[in-house]
Amino acid sequence: MTTQTIEEGATGVQAFHQRELDAGRLLLQCCGTCGRHVYYPREGCPHCGSTALEWKSFNGLGTVHAVTTVRRKPADGGDLNVSLIDLDEGVRLMSRVDNLAPDAVRIGQRVRARVQVKDGRGLVLFDAIEGDAA
Amino acid sequence: MKTGLDALRGSAAIAGVATFGCGETPGFTDMELLARSAHAAVADAGLTMRDIDGLCTASASAAMWALPVVEYLGLNPRYIDGTMLGGSSFIAHLLPAMHAIRSGQCSAVLVCYGSAQRSAAFGRREIVAARRFLDPQPYEHPYEPMLPVSAYALAASRHMHEFGTTREQLADVAVAARAWARLNPEAFMREPLTREQVLAARMVSDPLTVRDCCLVTDGGGAYVLVSAERARDLPKKPVHVLGNATAVWNRQISSMKDLTITAASQSGREAFAMAGLAPKDIDVVQLYDAFTINTLLFLEDLGFCPKGEGGRFVADGAIAPGGRLPVNTNGGGLSCVHPGMYGIFALIEAVRQLRGDCGERQVKNAHTAIAHGNGGMLSSQATAILGTADAL
Repeated sequence: MTTQTIEEGATGVQAFHQRELDAGRLLLQCCGTCGRHVYYPREGCPHCGSTALEWKSFNGLGTVHAVTTVRRKPADGGDLNVSLIDLDEGVRLMSRVDNLAPDAVRIGQRVRARVQVKDGRGLVLFDAIEGDAA
Repeated sequence: MKTGLDALRGSAAIAGVATFGCGETPGFTDMELLARSAHAAVADAGLTMRDIDGLCTASASAAMWALPVVEYLGLNPRYIDGTMLGGSSFIAHLLPAMHAIRSGQCSAVLVCYGSAQRSAAFGRREIVAARRFLDPQPYEHPYEPMLPVSAYALAASRHMHEFGTTREQLADVAVAARAWARLNPEAFMREPLTREQVLAARMVSDPLTVRDCCLVTDGGGAYVLVSAERARDLPKKPVHVLGNATAVWNRQISSMKDLTITAASQSGREAFAMAGLAPKDIDVVQLYDAFTINTLLFLEDLGFCPKGEGGRFVADGAIAPGGRLPVNTNGGGLSCVHPGMYGIFALIEAVRQLRGDCGERQVKNAHTAIAHGNGGMLSSQATAILGTADAL
């Protein structure tokens, strides 16, 4: 039997990642065994099963992979972009392209991540940057 | 003697089916809709509730749903499967139940579902809010996608981008479903629907309008599975299970590897292999059409057309009555019934077609059918290949 001890102050990766976001820092996991990046944060690598995941900072560049505009009444917050973004590191995440009108976001648009901290809580958003839209 | 899944091919048959309350049934609870369907399906099989010694069921709300169902129906099942994979569950329940019947663990399995989703006082808004706490998705919910429709809309955006699929082609899926529904007295929406009406309908999550989305109805459905030998002695024409397989690749749309290829490509391949059949051998097709994009994806992934060709395959009435392939002959989740989870209704319609019970919408000389269930956000996929005795 293997007994695992929990270090003082340790948390799961979700809470750690959120604390980093709340402090405005963008981190991404990378597997020390297979070398692939992992998002969302996990306790083990979903590609190879290794638990040797390491946190790395990244430049946040990516491309819009899929896009939709959620149609909402103005009273419910108005129309909203929801995109799936492929980071250059090879992982995909849901987010929003924040500096364009919702229905102006196109697949292939190059984007850069930033952390929006609102009421103390960090959230990964993206802004469109110059580049070829495929 | 055959071993493995080949040995199970055709070993069990669906002997009874029933639906109840498809549409709007204020005053009925989930359990009451389930129970009415269950009693009717057992009677349809020529059995009584005392003959039922296996139970499969699932609920989108109650985590221990098999318990109240056992209690309510007064069952004492030796085989219980409460696996909850979303809307595909009731098709995924087949193969384990076939194992259980084959081994002698049980002899008559009741698969049943009911939901008062349309009429329930506890509304959809409250349910969405409750699930955010009970089943959190911390990497999607903060972006406020309108789930599930936004997830399917994202997949549709990708299919359009990669393959040139058009909104008109998606609309043709809804138009075909409505044309079938107009032939089905049980269908909830039966007024005529045109491509232009689908395109002009209220946009929900681009590119999907409200007419690209399934209905929200009440309804219950149930079926009874027994051994093929026993089914021969029961009153209704047996519908044999020739193949069944289930696959899950992801839960969230953001974790789907390729938004245009679903796990149906795996479940379909495995179910067809077990059945020893190919798509060209199938007479009737029932696909879980929660959204119009689903029908395209599943026609492709199950092998009815090449990847990317779904839009062109369904255009201009090709899957409508009189078209080249009869798809969703009850009107589907888009026009017939969709009480939260539709999978069991796809299977029941396949059985009714193979029995020849479908009246005006009956597909002539139907000996084989496919019923395909989807769950979550294109997450879980379960495929069943069914056939009459001629197909054994």
